[in-house]
Amino acid sequence: MENTIKVGMADMQAARHPAVLITLGLGSCVGIALYDRTTGTVGLAHCMLPDSTQSKNVTNIAKFVDTAIDALVANMVALGANRSKIVAKLAGGAQMFNFSQSSDLMKIGLRNVMAAKEKLEQLKIPLISEDTGGNYGRTISLDSATGILQVKTIGYGIKEI
Amino acid sequence: MCMSFGSFNNYEIDVLREIGNIGAGNAATALAKMINKKVDMEVPEVKVMEFKEVNEMFGGAELPVVGLFLKMTGDITGSIMFILENNAARTLVNILMGKNDETNNCNSDESDISNCYFDEIEMSALKELGNILAGSYISSLSTLTGLNILPTVPDIAIDMAGAIISVPAIEFGKIGDSVLYIETAFIEGETRALGDFFLVPDMDSYEVLLKALGVIS
Repeated sequence: MENTIKVGMADMQAARHPAVLITLGLGSCVGIALYDRTTGTVGLAHCMLPDSTQSKNVTNIAKFVDTAIDALVANMVALGANRSKIVAKLAGGAQMFNFSQSSDLMKIGLRNVMAAKEKLEQLKIPLISEDTGGNYGRTISLDSATGILQVKTIGYGIKEI
Repeated sequence: MCMSFGSFNNYEIDVLREIGNIGAGNAATALAKMINKKVDMEVPEVKVMEFKEVNEMFGGAELPVVGLFLKMTGDITGSIMFILENNAARTLVNILMGKNDETNNCNSDESDISNCYFDEIEMSALKELGNILAGSYISSLSTLTGLNILPTVPDIAIDMAGAIISVPAIEFGKIGDSVLYIETAFIEGETRALGDFFLVPDMDSYEVLLKALGVIS
């Protein structure tokens, strides 16, 4: 696979075609994949928390869903993406442990996904597919040639969305 | 938040390491009694890590592992996690249930989890294992510090290491950009790695811990 770029936890990357962006072991974190078919520009963010406005410490903008999407779109446009053609796919946001004594920590996956959808809607970026929720981890890769987001799991198969 | 990780000096790091040593020492003893085999442990490591590196730390983010997770409540709060490779978990379960190790149907090279299926009773045995290990770890920590610490019932997940480790990491994400944890590796016999034990106190609890031990005032 040529030009594979790894995206870590609380990290984001944007790239021109040809590139494959990959992030491993998404749990409650949400993976936000953005794609512009017209130029083949791709962007992928691996966000841990839904909302930067509820945190005192916002040094890493890739950590939060809201700031990461803003920055990722800006980075893609800087690489030549056509802002109005960008579409989104989401994966992750699982609940890894099903605690009976559920605190907000345990529902963080769901909140991450909801925050991402809200932000995308606000930016008028169409969400074309998603593979979110559940109680299992995911590894996702976004291919700039096709815009396909491949979701790999342990025990729940591989799918392309 | 009153401290940042950078503010820990070497002496404080040593104290945290010693906490890991005593807690994990007790947990290793409990485990050795349970499986009636010699269990060794490595010198605990106190690590500060950036999130980017976190999901790579247990031999790769996609490695299938068994994660036992429980929370601490009381005077200090935080998470405790015991992570075992699937085949180590299978070995332990077989020992606990009195099964022959030959029935080990777990292939660690194979990422397909159906090769490593744990039935309900086996899952329950693993949870109980987590219960006993964490219980002995916490009770020694409690005796040492005079603090009241209570573990919750453990929960279990079998999945990619990265996805499991992200659970306590997210808690840290709320206050900073790095994770601090005390890690101890358990080894059975000469070479067989059993698993890693992580004590992940919440940020504020580090201060409580160090105060209770008279390290800071």
